[in-house]
Amino acid sequence: MNEFDQMYREVILDHYKNPRGHGVLEHADAEAEGQNPLCGDEVSIYVAFREDGETIDEVKFSGRGCAISQAATSMLTEMVQGRKAGEVATLDKDELLEEIGIPLTPVRLKCAMLGLTTLKVALHKAKGTPLPEGLAGFDELELS
Amino acid sequence: MDAQAIRADFPIFEQLIHGKPLAYLDSANSSQKPRQVLDAMTEFYSTSYANVHRAVHVLGERATAGLEGAREKVRAFINAPEAREVIFVRNATEGLNLVAYAWGASNLGPGDAVVVTELEHHSNFVPWQYIAQRNGASFLMLEIDDNGDPDVSQLEAIARDHTVKVVATNLVSNSLGTIHDLGPLTRWAHEHGAIFVCDAAQAAPHMPVDVRALDCDFLAISGHKMCGPSGIGALWGRASLLERMEPFLLGGHMINSVRYEKTTWGELPHKFEAGTSPIVEAFGLGVAVDYLSAVGLEAIESHEHELVAYALDRMVEVPGIKLYGPPADRRAGVVSFNVEGIHPHDVAQILDMQGVAIRAGHHCCQPLMHKLGLAATNRASFYLYTVREEIDQLVEGLHVVRKVFA
Repeated sequence: MNEFDQMYREVILDHYKNPRGHGVLEHADAEAEGQNPLCGDEVSIYVAFREDGETIDEVKFSGRGCAISQAATSMLTEMVQGRKAGEVATLDKDELLEEIGIPLTPVRLKCAMLGLTTLKVALHKAKGTPLPEGLAGFDELELS
Repeated sequence: MDAQAIRADFPIFEQLIHGKPLAYLDSANSSQKPRQVLDAMTEFYSTSYANVHRAVHVLGERATAGLEGAREKVRAFINAPEAREVIFVRNATEGLNLVAYAWGASNLGPGDAVVVTELEHHSNFVPWQYIAQRNGASFLMLEIDDNGDPDVSQLEAIARDHTVKVVATNLVSNSLGTIHDLGPLTRWAHEHGAIFVCDAAQAAPHMPVDVRALDCDFLAISGHKMCGPSGIGALWGRASLLERMEPFLLGGHMINSVRYEKTTWGELPHKFEAGTSPIVEAFGLGVAVDYLSAVGLEAIESHEHELVAYALDRMVEVPGIKLYGPPADRRAGVVSFNVEGIHPHDVAQILDMQGVAIRAGHHCCQPLMHKLGLAATNRASFYLYTVREEIDQLVEGLHVVRKVFA
């Protein structure tokens, strides 16, 4: 398998071309915008909770970005459905990286993390919990 | 000009990238360095290094001569009247910040305006936006017209409503490669008593730049884009303006005398060069200037025009490609493009795997990208060591990109 088949493997291209959870939630319980100043990519994340106000019922996202960022965000929407907000707000990034399953250079790692980081900001904002270190100080998220 | 022979001066090409020959099409981002510059800097460190301007010993004298010799070379390169008007800075960004802070902060106030264009690099946009807003002055942007040129029809209204103090624009656009005719803007600035600040970071590597012919008041260049080391650039300013300006960075070397009650500033250029200078970097920039001058800036410019014409011809072969920017004879060696439906990051990544280095992003030109309705573009850029084979490699690579995303 050559290198670009590895990075752009079938599942990545599938999520990119047919993103799950693409769209906007009109009455979201949590939402945030994130951008990657390196490339200008933007993503908005919308979350709806179940009646318990804690379990994630649905995640949608909109925005524009490269195949890696869009596919990673698409996978993320599936990964976190039915999980607790508190747990996802502190989700280890390795869990998502494992799901993505491709080698990423440091620059592309930022692309892959845009959706997750934005989702975490949305959840912390909704719950009124302080943003963890690294995200602190960013009301509207900017990865640098 | 023999680009193949020039290429042999650049050791970076003596390697394979991902098993392929390197097609380095990212020179507008930063240029590669010839052996002449690298060897001269190593030699300088090995035989002549010490701090400058204050050592009595022989190494101090050699180092000072190296630094001041470089200043004179830069002066001649941009046809400036006096070497003391050439301030060494880290890069064009720092030079433009120097003007914005040391001139702008003392001369801008309510009712005044700073005018830039939509084509600016952030380096000539953000400092002016910041200082203008901090001082209560207006920050105005000339939008581009359908040809991608700044729309000068807005000038009359601007002058009616404001006291124009600064007009700041680039000579060559780093994102589209457009070579601007600055004459009308410079004349307009001076008619209204404004200073004209020229960002020549993208121009100086590629064409002759002459501060007297441009009739500008300040001009900034970056060494790393013109075969010199990173960490060094130059700001030229008219002595009459520099002398009346407040300093920018304060500390050692920039003083005349320091007392508890009061400090007085040194003479030009020292007033603006606080702290130990990037001595060897400045020396390396001088060697780069020698190298470029020996090849000839006119020759480099026409080589790039040929490459752009060839690239535009070849790239239209790629289905779904969209090319941005002016015709080949009006641009420096820059081709910005998109491949329909494929994000620039993905294009650049797949090209990299084939040994082709391009830039993907907003090129530090977010206002322009916003105007074009884009988040990002791909940009292939050329220099004196670029050969047609690299453009062929790019075009082949773009076909592979399309296959991966088919």
